[in-house]
Amino acid sequence: MRYSFHLTSLAALFLAGCALFQGTRPSPVTPTGAATDAMLRPLAVPAPPDNIPNEARVELGRALFFDPRLSGSAMISCATCHNPALAWADGQPTAVGDGAKRLSRKTPTVLNTAYQPLQMWDGRKTSLEDQALGPIGSPVEMNMPLEKMTAHLRAIPGYAPMFEHAYPGEGVGPATVAKAIASYERTIVSTESPFDHWRNGDPQAVGDDVKRGFALFNSKARCAMCHQGWNFTDNGFHNIGLRALPGEAEDDGRFAHRKIKVLKGAFKTPTLRDVALTAPYMHNGQYRTLEEVVEHYDRGGDDKSNLSPNIQPLGLTAQEKADLVAFMRSLTGAPMVVVVPRLPAS
Amino acid sequence: MNTVYRSAAFLAAFTLACSAAQSAEVVVSQKGKAFSTAKLTIHSGDKVTFRNDDSFVHNVFSLTEPGSFDLGTYPQGQAKSVTFTKPGMYDIECAIHPEMKLQIVVTP
Repeated sequence: MRYSFHLTSLAALFLAGCALFQGTRPSPVTPTGAATDAMLRPLAVPAPPDNIPNEARVELGRALFFDPRLSGSAMISCATCHNPALAWADGQPTAVGDGAKRLSRKTPTVLNTAYQPLQMWDGRKTSLEDQALGPIGSPVEMNMPLEKMTAHLRAIPGYAPMFEHAYPGEGVGPATVAKAIASYERTIVSTESPFDHWRNGDPQAVGDDVKRGFALFNSKARCAMCHQGWNFTDNGFHNIGLRALPGEAEDDGRFAHRKIKVLKGAFKTPTLRDVALTAPYMHNGQYRTLEEVVEHYDRGGDDKSNLSPNIQPLGLTAQEKADLVAFMRSLTGAPMVVVVPRLPAS
Repeated sequence: MNTVYRSAAFLAAFTLACSAAQSAEVVVSQKGKAFSTAKLTIHSGDKVTFRNDDSFVHNVFSLTEPGSFDLGTYPQGQAKSVTFTKPGMYDIECAIHPEMKLQIVVTP
């Protein structure tokens, strides 16, 4: 069973809190916190019962998220790749890890990952807590063995009281680091976009191109076969027929963790919230623009060897393609104001 | 009159016995990214038919010990079946949509 916390209630606790959202209107919600429109973000953010976020946990997680001392080089923090100024991604085709080495997959945005049951492009992590330690300990990413990380954090005097306040009696270690980072990530949720204002009843919030694009999205363009619901993802895995890039090693995606044929070359459906801000696109960053993405789907994909039957040639007109892009751009939320923490001194 | 009742009771018992001995078919719908039931108990030899009632493709597979299978992908309106011959507990999922889970208990 999942428990949830109410982001607005949490935000009320923070006068100088972590992530402050400006320029947004509250979504219409029921007394239980559920949005009245299935295309609007529920304000209740899921969290596991042993890690319900509170101010101390989010504050600690924010510090850890921005702290480069969690990496072996002391130069890479979570925020290096999940940069809030770049929609919680990095703007790179694929991520750059320890020693400035190029990695094989694009950095996914952290936005709305709180609502996703599986993390990473291949879904190998089953919670935000499970995910948080992966990049820290990975030799090619932050390259910090977890025992060493624990020792480093214990040697920073300011962290001990923060951990004790957030997780009394649980100590400084991988488990509490993971829980704190996950708590902070649960505050990184999408803000209201023109699309949401339209769904909230303002017919002038978007143009006719957006409205046509949304209709196409759910019909001829077949996008909603995978990009479903308010977060525009089915949380599923699909082979969308991407061609291999020159020199790119074969990437089996989800198949590496689930030996089921349909999963060979399948990757998780990403959210489309703020998608105009998270270029380049696809797990290997091979498309620079949303227009290129639409062309890919209009062709019905390139590599047909294990293509999802959801992907078929679309026969879209130039106007229809433009309308789809206009719709996706309407999913850009209001800017967030993110407070960068003052870290405990070494 | 008593003879009539006795005959009817015998016929009913005989029918039930025959039914128990025969394999059955259970249809499970896949709709709204969910199986129509979360748990199913059947007898060995029974057939379960998985019918896709969503507008997008689904898969059904099991990697559990009594007998693994993979039904591939199939679109709306199509169905695929599995006959469960080995008793045990089967964890069933859709590989495409991992939130879709079903447990089938096969009794001897």
